[in-house]
Amino acid sequence: MISEDDVRYVARLARLRLEPDESSRMTGELAKILAHIDKMSELDLDGVPPTAHVLDVVNVTREDKEQPSLPREEALRNAPAVSDDCFRVPRMS
Amino acid sequence: MTGLDPLRLTAREAKRLLVDGEVSSAELTKVYLDQIAAVEHKVRAFILVTPDNAAKYSTKVDREMQAMRGPLAGLPIAVKDNMVTEGVTTTCASKILANYQPVYTATAVRQVWEDHVVMLGKTNLDEFAMGSSTENSAYQVTANPWDLSTVPGGSSGGSAAAVAAGEALWALGSDTGGSIRQPAALCGIVGMKPTYGAVSRYGLIAFASSLDQIGPLTRSVYDCALLLQHLVGRDPRDSTSVEMPEPIALPSAERLDGLRVGVPTEYLAAGIEPGVRARFDETLAHIEELGGTCVEISLPHTEYALPAYYIIAPAEASANLARFDGVRYGFRCADPEDLTDLYERTRGEGFGPEVKRRIMIGTYALSAGYYDAYYGRAQRVRTMVRRDFDKAFAEVDLIASPTTPTVAFKAGSRTADPLAMYVCDICTIPANLAGLPAISIPCGLSDGLPVGFQLIGPAFSENRMLEAAHAIEGAVGFDTAPQFTGPGARPEAEGWTPGEITYRPEDAQS
Amino acid sequence: MNSPSRAWEPVIGLEMHVELDTQTKMFCGCAVTKGDEPNLHTCPVCLAHPGALPVVNRRAVEYAARIALALDCTVQPRNIFHRKNYFYPDLPKAYQISQFDAPLATGGSFEYWVDGELLRCRINRVHMEEDAAKLIHAGGDTGRIAGSDYSMVDFNRGGTPLIEIVTEPDIPSPEAAREFLQQLRNLVVELGVSECNMEEGQIRWDANVSVRPQSSAELGTRTELKNMNSFRFLQQALDAEIPRQIEVLEAGGKIDLETLHFDPDTGTTTPLRSKEEAHDYRYFPEPDLVPLEIDPAWVEELRATQPELPEARVERFMAQYGLSRADAAVIGSAGALAAFYEEVVAAGAGAKPAANWVMGEYLAHLNAAGLEAGHGHVTSERLAKLVKLVEDGTVSTSAGKEVFALMIEERAEPEAVLEQHGLGQISDISELEAIVAEVVAGNPAQVEQYRGGKQQVIGFFVGQVMKASGGRANPQVVNDLLRRALDA
Repeated sequence: MISEDDVRYVARLARLRLEPDESSRMTGELAKILAHIDKMSELDLDGVPPTAHVLDVVNVTREDKEQPSLPREEALRNAPAVSDDCFRVPRMS
Repeated sequence: MTGLDPLRLTAREAKRLLVDGEVSSAELTKVYLDQIAAVEHKVRAFILVTPDNAAKYSTKVDREMQAMRGPLAGLPIAVKDNMVTEGVTTTCASKILANYQPVYTATAVRQVWEDHVVMLGKTNLDEFAMGSSTENSAYQVTANPWDLSTVPGGSSGGSAAAVAAGEALWALGSDTGGSIRQPAALCGIVGMKPTYGAVSRYGLIAFASSLDQIGPLTRSVYDCALLLQHLVGRDPRDSTSVEMPEPIALPSAERLDGLRVGVPTEYLAAGIEPGVRARFDETLAHIEELGGTCVEISLPHTEYALPAYYIIAPAEASANLARFDGVRYGFRCADPEDLTDLYERTRGEGFGPEVKRRIMIGTYALSAGYYDAYYGRAQRVRTMVRRDFDKAFAEVDLIASPTTPTVAFKAGSRTADPLAMYVCDICTIPANLAGLPAISIPCGLSDGLPVGFQLIGPAFSENRMLEAAHAIEGAVGFDTAPQFTGPGARPEAEGWTPGEITYRPEDAQS
Repeated sequence: MNSPSRAWEPVIGLEMHVELDTQTKMFCGCAVTKGDEPNLHTCPVCLAHPGALPVVNRRAVEYAARIALALDCTVQPRNIFHRKNYFYPDLPKAYQISQFDAPLATGGSFEYWVDGELLRCRINRVHMEEDAAKLIHAGGDTGRIAGSDYSMVDFNRGGTPLIEIVTEPDIPSPEAAREFLQQLRNLVVELGVSECNMEEGQIRWDANVSVRPQSSAELGTRTELKNMNSFRFLQQALDAEIPRQIEVLEAGGKIDLETLHFDPDTGTTTPLRSKEEAHDYRYFPEPDLVPLEIDPAWVEELRATQPELPEARVERFMAQYGLSRADAAVIGSAGALAAFYEEVVAAGAGAKPAANWVMGEYLAHLNAAGLEAGHGHVTSERLAKLVKLVEDGTVSTSAGKEVFALMIEERAEPEAVLEQHGLGQISDISELEAIVAEVVAGNPAQVEQYRGGKQQVIGFFVGQVMKASGGRANPQVVNDLLRRALDA
């Protein structure tokens, strides 16, 4: 089913650092959960459309009219690191 | 005034007392703050209590009561800590938001603030609303006031326990797969999930966008309707919110003549405990006594609802939780070496194990090559579940089932096996998949612990459902006071202190 | 010049992103601005705070539909948004709300001129999405990611409506790609939906390029070229990549499906280290937005109110004003200049003379002064007056140019300039006769030559008369008088 390599790949995609024991434990847990989820493959769903939205609503839009923005101090209030009024992140390379 | 019993007082009664001048909002608020002081160390329902805000604001309401004559004015409320509240730290019971100071307030909360409720604090939940026991909270485990060694349910366990323990008159919760109804059932109170779209999700920290709804947890069905009246409404900030076709009415029904109630065989086959089954059957008998008819129906795709939910919800959650990355707010790991390190360690350290499990499942289910087999398939199963309900509602007016298969279970008894926890929601999940309104009301005790009775209705049938629930409630006559027996709650999770109580010197609700 | 060897032909497709000129962002009410101080235009939605939700800007949908219609696309009756998931600091939600398998519009085409030949490129799709925020890399020498110590994010731009236009691989050469882009850009500007300012990055593009044997119908493996932020660089990058691919294939190798980054300093492309493991975007329908169902009547209304597009206007100018295609293309391609020209004609100037003046002196003035058409220092009414004065002989053409320059300098009416500077054309016979007589008398050698058979010497005399009259003599009259004087 799901291998530990799969788990490591998915963890990278999701940007989750898993310790080695976490990674192996999770492989077991996910395998169990996925096995249960596999129950769905019993069904013949040919021709059944997917439900992306339960509501029968379409065309919800808004006017192109300016609304007040946050003052910069509010925008930066929660920032873990700030530099020159910008959000600062460590080197990207 | 000294006769006020927080374990039994309803909002309806409290409002009458306020209007008649028999009690002030400040006095009423103090009753709850006193109860919090008395029992909170056992129950641990609150992540944050905001006593200063509550005291000051209730005094303001008293002073301006003429102008604030609205139906909710002066009534104390607790709010689940996954709804952002400007002025009060909001944590979502996660380490990753331990210090988060919202820059706006959730619409549903703002609506009740504007109706001058008095907020008592933010209640505990399973981290990011993922769980059925509150044991996934990064801060503390909440205890069920009926038996302190058991769980209150989840994810709105804090709100349910607070109401049941008399620490709040009523509370707001959220429901994605049963997170209002299941804890309401385990704690012996009323909990309702409205039709999807009826209440704005703007400001509700998203778990599964197509399933989440905010709803009331209350001591009575009337209170539930009263609070719901002030939660609903189309919000231009939420594209998925809609106007209710008719206003929510306050229920008064005592009879159920002509009501057809369907009981799905599949729900009864779902491992329902004998005591729960017994209370359920007795409640069906009440329905018949009140003039209703109960018939067996079939919702054939019920057993596929749980697996579909455990793909759809984690998939949407994996995307909704991707914004927690240590860049703009919240927790950031210490000394990140580079961007990848920042992301991976912030999220690895900031999220708890259940959250990580669900992000992993969700990411996997959406990843290249797996979409059709998992997410695509789950969305088709969802269509089948909706069709089951549509067919059923051509024959019956409402559907009834036990809310959960068991009564409150011992803390720690299901944490080793995720699947054991997931099956708590087997009767509640389908209503979320179909976007239908559903309510849980207490219908008796089994081994001293409360049993919940669930009604599910067609979309926008809240009024009919509330009337029926009200009549059943009257016939059942459940006494909502818990006993606070059993050993105290488990100790708090290690190494965590919740954030500051308020981060502004002035009131949150000014 | 890098032309492919006889056996191979290049196959090029373009993917363009255009920032729309709406008031507000795609999914929130923050203002769309340029060049402001950082992080002044943000809100819980575009900062991706917990609990925030998107709401579609309906003007962005309108503008996107206008682009689709101008490209002859089919606007789909129903379109939805998808989440495109990846982690990057300029993407606050860690997903971009975009469109995937149900875009706004599909299947159009764009005709464009390359060296006098009309080519046609099919359009695969036009869809809506949101722009990323701005990243500034600090601590290194070059301002690029490589070598930087840390980076900074400014979310002002984040959430700006972005339209993606994808072509089929129908573009046959680097020059064609450049022309295509230039003309498509003009089209979008004409629609009034974006200023397409390249310095501001309001229009950006990537190119997909492959080569194949000339007779083949199959496509070779393509590479994706990124980071070409001028038309010139686009052509340069393609000119570099196409021979490279040919060389690899002729040596028996194969092309890897990869992304290449264009370096403007060296003019070459280098492979980008894969930062996102072949981009597993995990697309799924955006649950926070509901589908858009497009009313055909609304589409027709848009079609009826589309601004006149360049190609149509060029045709009209040829028909209405009798201009050549070349002249009509110069004047008619850009809306502002075209509008100015039409005002000049409407104010009474002849169509052809007006065209000459607009293409000549007026355009030169705009270029020299760095001004936009219609914002020059000569209004259309004044230019029309000048054109008429030259047409009716009051001013000679050459004096007219002087008048034009003075009109700019003095911001004055042409009549006023004429009077003040005495630049009116001299047509008075007696006055001119006197000058002619003087010139003839003063140049006996040339008179001899003329009478000796060298008729072209008359040009010399005309020049002398013009000089003596300060350029104001009426050339026609001068010519007649000279012939009379010399043939006598």
